[in-house]
Amino acid sequence: MILTLNVNGRKREISISPDEYLLDVLRKLGYLSVKRGCDTGSCGLCTVLVEEKPVLSCSTLAVRAQGKKITTIEGCQEEAKRFAEFMAAEGAEQCGYCAPGFTLTVLALMKENENPTDEEILHYLNGNLCRCSGYISQLRAIKNFMEAEKR
Amino acid sequence: MRFVNKEMKKIDGIGLITGKPFYTEDLVANQEYLIVKLLRSPHAYAKIKSIDITIALKVPGVEGIYTYKDVPQTMFTLAGQSYPEPSPYDRKILDEYVRYVGDPVAIVAAVDEESAEKAMKLIKVEYEVLEAVVDYEKALDSHILVHKDRAHINYDTIGYDNKRNLASSYLQEKGDVEKGFSESEVIIENTYYTQPQIHAMMETYRSASYFDVYGRLTVISSTQIPFHVRRHLARALDYPSSKIRVIKPKLGGGFGGKQTSVCEIYTAFVTLKTGKPSKIIYTRKETQAYSNTRHGMRLTVKIGSDREGNIKAIDIKVLSNTGAYGEHAPTVTSLVVYKTFPLYEKVPMRCKADIVYSNTMVGGAFRGYGATQGTFAVESAVNELAHKLGMDPTEIRMKNLVDQSETVSGDIKKCIQIGKEAFDWKNRKVVDMGNGKVRASGMAVTMQGSGIAGLDTGSATVKFHDSGDFTLMIGVTDMGQGCDTVLTQMAAEILEVPMDKIVLNAADTDVSPYDPGAYASSGTYVTGNAVIIACEKMKKEILASASKLMNKDIDELQYTGEYVEAKDGTRLTLKEIAIRSVGFEGKNQITTTGTWGGENSPPPFIASFAEVEVDTLTGETNVVDFLSVADCGTPINPALARVQVEGGIAQGIGLALTEEITIDKNGKLLQDTLMQYKIPSRKDLGPKVEVLFSYSNEPTGPFGAKSIGEVVINTPAPAIADAIYKATKSRVRSLPITSEKLFWEMYSK
Repeated sequence: MILTLNVNGRKREISISPDEYLLDVLRKLGYLSVKRGCDTGSCGLCTVLVEEKPVLSCSTLAVRAQGKKITTIEGCQEEAKRFAEFMAAEGAEQCGYCAPGFTLTVLALMKENENPTDEEILHYLNGNLCRCSGYISQLRAIKNFMEAEKR
Repeated sequence: MRFVNKEMKKIDGIGLITGKPFYTEDLVANQEYLIVKLLRSPHAYAKIKSIDITIALKVPGVEGIYTYKDVPQTMFTLAGQSYPEPSPYDRKILDEYVRYVGDPVAIVAAVDEESAEKAMKLIKVEYEVLEAVVDYEKALDSHILVHKDRAHINYDTIGYDNKRNLASSYLQEKGDVEKGFSESEVIIENTYYTQPQIHAMMETYRSASYFDVYGRLTVISSTQIPFHVRRHLARALDYPSSKIRVIKPKLGGGFGGKQTSVCEIYTAFVTLKTGKPSKIIYTRKETQAYSNTRHGMRLTVKIGSDREGNIKAIDIKVLSNTGAYGEHAPTVTSLVVYKTFPLYEKVPMRCKADIVYSNTMVGGAFRGYGATQGTFAVESAVNELAHKLGMDPTEIRMKNLVDQSETVSGDIKKCIQIGKEAFDWKNRKVVDMGNGKVRASGMAVTMQGSGIAGLDTGSATVKFHDSGDFTLMIGVTDMGQGCDTVLTQMAAEILEVPMDKIVLNAADTDVSPYDPGAYASSGTYVTGNAVIIACEKMKKEILASASKLMNKDIDELQYTGEYVEAKDGTRLTLKEIAIRSVGFEGKNQITTTGTWGGENSPPPFIASFAEVEVDTLTGETNVVDFLSVADCGTPINPALARVQVEGGIAQGIGLALTEEITIDKNGKLLQDTLMQYKIPSRKDLGPKVEVLFSYSNEPTGPFGAKSIGEVVINTPAPAIADAIYKATKSRVRSLPITSEKLFWEMYSK
């Protein structure tokens, strides 16, 4: 079947089989920032934004995204770079494998909640696992970034 | 110092966070690569009676199916260790016997995943199911032999005896332990268990292989040990090393898991057989259940002391499970000794260890590498002794720990003092929160090494470009810890140029100088020293070249990083020297290399303090406050060092509380996904983890640095276990301390 997606503002058509997941379709289309970390929808690495909401692309059938607006990190490089500076300042990015899904979730959180508490940040991002950093530095980076973006 | 001891951003940081595609699978995505899948044994122990692949081969898209009959019969080890490896050569690519649930039975290569999976279902395997030894505590001298035939071993000293299921055994002793016990007024003896922790790095195991334009077998792999992989492949495939190239792109974490060549052999074999590019991507389940883990251990610690808390003797008996194969078997368990004996320097200590084969997943390297297990047991025992004597756990340590001396840089006692103060230890009482919850605190100390003394070396090569900037080539592998950045900082410091004048190249066995890889906390310390040597040589070579170009005596010249200046004030910029050196005038491409290996392995130290809150109705435990005081010499990049500590604490908390492993009686691992295997999430940690540094200067270290990568994981488990004991008066000596275990400990008395 032919699937039509709007990825990062660009219309993409691709022939897929009905049981394909959005993750695999996006990678096929060349959006290689989208990563798979588990097989059970429990790590958050594959997070992309569908209509600006974070979803797990590894457990979203691609057909469900038909005609919808998909954002991968390739589509918000400017914001991602601004955030990256704060992450790098803390040394909070380690292997980086979880970073794209994590960053998209941070950006989504900021749109939903302008003044999140620590608890709200941790809760929103709890599904985004990271085995390297221990999370603390990431929290510091998120808070500094949010503060700077407000100015 | 312009770059060293500064919080420089990681040179790959922005690229990583903005999602640039530089990991193994990204490099081969959407290209015609055969998909390699492994048919795996459902049995813990079996002999393959027959394999029928005729129908499976007919599946459209299947390019090849290979069984034990098709592979070279060479025996080898996949342990990432310098040659000759201490680990026994006890495995083949595929064997007639399968020795654990998940042991590969057949290699399937097909044009896509669907065909490969279809073919796997059509392979008919007839097994003679054998009685298995799944419980490693029953493995020693069992009537069941995991390996009937003797493996090749490179060192007789490892205590290998397959007829007893022993992959390795040893006895270490310092001082007179028996005399120590006879002089003791208090003796306690307890048995501790540590689980086979799973690395759970975010990027699962994967590799890709192809023949390059020169007909050479090229392997792209997410590995910590590219040079060892190349050597393993050459041996296992019986294929010339000169025709193998291993490239390491960005890694999505390793933690020691990728210090074993888990999957490269399968794609390399398929490419050799078919001539076609191939790739393998382990599923999360394969990564969790069919690769390698921390060695699970049983450690019995006997400790004797006088009533004042002067420890007289420590005796440790270790039973370690290497699983079906002996990767890292002799070396991991020796760190139980190497990283606990020197801490209690004056105390007579003895350790007898048996590392046994069993029909379970393979043990391997994991951050901390045996020191973690030893620290949990010994530090827990010291805490238990302190309670028995009615002493403060910090006081008993001040009496017995190694003093600062001329031979040891840094001071563990100072770490304790800083920590006590910062944690307000003396005011941390057991507090009943009034809602069924109780808070209490515990502490522990640890040390590790910096590289493997007298064995491993690191190398670095610097190339002076025609443009006047440099390429730093290293064989050590950055798996996220930041060695690419830290080594570039050091190079920039010595070469006196901005960091962006240095191009980092790592790691490619064709290009990089030999380096054993990233393990044993060696990146900063060992390869760092090599970088310094290479860069110092580079400055001399540039001066020599400039002396010819300027027609001046070399003693008259001074290197500044921007130019070379003579005493009379005449100057040549690096750029001018560079272009003229490589050109007809100089005919001199300057490249320098440094290789360094340490006679000693200077220890980083850590003292950690944990406060927990235990729900006394359910046994649920949360860490509410954690402090580590680390002495890693002079950190090259304090921000990266700090995050190393924070990440290690998180992994240590997982080890302590949630990362449960259950192997059922048939040898099947039940926690084979991230759904069941609970690594800490953001909410498990909260914001209250603090890291402090106790600075020291390691004279043999680059710019005074020691290591930090591994030591960080060792203290959380013993510190948390003791805090839980103080909160509940219940002692769980088996990791992880799940709420269920603690509940039964509290309510079955």
